[in-house]
Amino acid sequence: MSSVYALLFIVATMVLVLGLARKIAQYAKTPAPLKIPTTPAPVTQFGVVLRMCREVMFFESLFKSTKWTWIFAWMFHFGLLLVLLRHLRYFIDPVWLPIRLIQPFGKYAAFAMIAGLAGLLIRRVFVDRVRYISAPSDYLWLLLLLVIGISGAAMTFVIHTDVVAVKRFFTGFWTFSGGDLPMDPILLTHLTMVVVLMLLLPVSKLLHIPGIFFSPTRNQVDDPRERRHLVEWAGKLEDS
Amino acid sequence: MAKAEFETPKLSEHIEVPDLVEGTMEHITCFVAKPEHQEALGFPGEKVENWKEVAIDKMGDLLSRYRSFQVFMDACVKCGACTDKCHYFLGTQDPKNMPVGRQDLLRKVYRRYFTFAGKYFPKLVGAVDISEEIVDDWYSYFHQCSQCRRCSVFCPYGIDTAEISMAAREILDTIGIGQKYCNEIIGKVHKIGNNLGLPGPALADTLEGLEEDVYDETEVAVKYPLDVKGADILLVTPSADFFAEPHVDGLIGYGKVFHEAGVSWTMSTKASEAGNFGMFIGSYENMRRVSLRIREAALELGVKRIVFGECGHAWRIAYSFLNTLAGPFDFLDPDYPVPQHICEFTLNEIEQGTLEFDKSANDEMSITFHDSCNVARASRMGDAPGGQFEIPRQVIKAVVNNYHDMEWDTIHERTFCCGGGGGLLTDDLMEIRVKGAKPRMSAFKNVMEEKGVTHLAAICAICKSQFTKVFPYYGMDMFQIVSVHQLVSNAIVMNRKTPPEAAPDYDEDGDE
Repeated sequence: MSSVYALLFIVATMVLVLGLARKIAQYAKTPAPLKIPTTPAPVTQFGVVLRMCREVMFFESLFKSTKWTWIFAWMFHFGLLLVLLRHLRYFIDPVWLPIRLIQPFGKYAAFAMIAGLAGLLIRRVFVDRVRYISAPSDYLWLLLLLVIGISGAAMTFVIHTDVVAVKRFFTGFWTFSGGDLPMDPILLTHLTMVVVLMLLLPVSKLLHIPGIFFSPTRNQVDDPRERRHLVEWAGKLEDS
Repeated sequence: MAKAEFETPKLSEHIEVPDLVEGTMEHITCFVAKPEHQEALGFPGEKVENWKEVAIDKMGDLLSRYRSFQVFMDACVKCGACTDKCHYFLGTQDPKNMPVGRQDLLRKVYRRYFTFAGKYFPKLVGAVDISEEIVDDWYSYFHQCSQCRRCSVFCPYGIDTAEISMAAREILDTIGIGQKYCNEIIGKVHKIGNNLGLPGPALADTLEGLEEDVYDETEVAVKYPLDVKGADILLVTPSADFFAEPHVDGLIGYGKVFHEAGVSWTMSTKASEAGNFGMFIGSYENMRRVSLRIREAALELGVKRIVFGECGHAWRIAYSFLNTLAGPFDFLDPDYPVPQHICEFTLNEIEQGTLEFDKSANDEMSITFHDSCNVARASRMGDAPGGQFEIPRQVIKAVVNNYHDMEWDTIHERTFCCGGGGGLLTDDLMEIRVKGAKPRMSAFKNVMEEKGVTHLAAICAICKSQFTKVFPYYGMDMFQIVSVHQLVSNAIVMNRKTPPEAAPDYDEDGDE
């Protein structure tokens, strides 16, 4: 059974990495023929970096839009970030100092993550406009993440699993030398859902993760009068 | 196509988010372009036989040429942030007028043909096959988007529905179902030089009439030159400025400013149109062809600078795209930005002290300013971000005594569209134009009641025409819309007098 999970994680990691790389390459390769930053926009490259940081770290545009969605979305994403950083301890030995330091916060961040997801789910069900635009997959993603979050928190706070064995497994699964996973139903649920998430991420709306960095309305410098912007296919029109 | 009866929305004190009512605007269809309009632009005259294939192929082509389209199709998480941001949704309650609702009309087909999930699990992700009904929805709802970009301000990924509606219209054009209004107009520009199809002699006549009017009013011989070689400045202005009200009062204002500034300037028959509807239909090729006229005119006339008159989408294309489409402009004077907005020019002269104003000339009015979408969210003026908000206001405040802004969440980058932009300024779309104007009308009515504002000033030809039409639906007067340079024109003191011996004799000339 443990080898099945090892295999699953190997496949899932490869799908995730290659799938994301494929999409990132596609985004990078596709030209943006016109200057379309949503203005007012930064007039320097450094300004664009700051705008992108505000967007990625604080969800600036969403904050302008709707405070409830912003609060839930930010709780979920920031909670998830801390939880993921905390999880690095299961993959590295010795555990880096910063990862050790965030351990207490990372543990409780699970609650922020779960609360944020619950808020987003409630909004999706009860706000008629959001319900209208939701496909089944939109609900399923929230449920999947909730199952991951709740099962994870359950192992931290309610029914502990054998984390030493888990760590042994994850430091050696690449070579099938990680030993046995505890056959603990909560742990197996948690891991199975994580595998599903990793497999589906590159073919889903979770592509907003790389997408934001390639969004021309956010990543372009507002300098069209100063610098001529011309992509290859548009340049070819000039030769004809 | 019978004209539907419709009710003008009631204005409320606050802009309220309405409940959804599906299908309220399904019946909206604007006139379809005739074969000759289509073919002049390089599109098939009629709906092609294998339209499904052609549409999907075109979608694939656009996905590979426009990063915006590809990323925006993928990145939406259906968070709902945009759902209450579109003026057309707020005015119609139709969920397909929510930005994401509109995008999804295209996205559900994208997912079906271009994504793993949509190919194998269509129901799960809401993917559907292309069909007659889908294409009808595209034609209807992508002509209910004014490409104002308000949604893109609030989207956490910057998804801009304007980009998606441009792509949709290009797909529709490619399968032979274009919009008459836009495509006929683009044809006129290609053929004659402006959206209205005004030929050179008519233009010269109109401008001479203006000179006469201004002389009668001021006793100063202000020139409105056309095709003058060797002038310093080429003014490119929307053709509505040549005769529509209140546009023409703005044009009179530009002329007075140039006169007082003592610069030599000209307009051009070839580039007698600042507008460029090629953007509305998403066609890079047509937009480029229209833009190249301006380059050609500048070269032929040997000007040193290019200045654009008051026009919203024209300024977007001028500021953001002109250098790309028709550049490089290395033959112009490098000391000035290419191009310059007339408000930038006027403010610069004000700051240098070359212009004198008598603000009391505007005292019977109290003014508020409408930020036009394409200026506010797709361009800039001046050197600093946000100059597009400050510079027109500074110009207005220099020439009027009474000025008040509308509510903060209806101006600047949050401004509400007039309801007539993006290729919707046609009578066959009057219902959506009136309903889409509701949020702007609400904010204007509030500032009228609270601050005693009487007039709305704008720097966009489409906004001006649209307000002239929709004000009466909301119980306002069509003359409550004014051009910014009309206010300048009212207040400017003409210090460069015309000596009596140089006085033009219009009576004789006028008969020619």
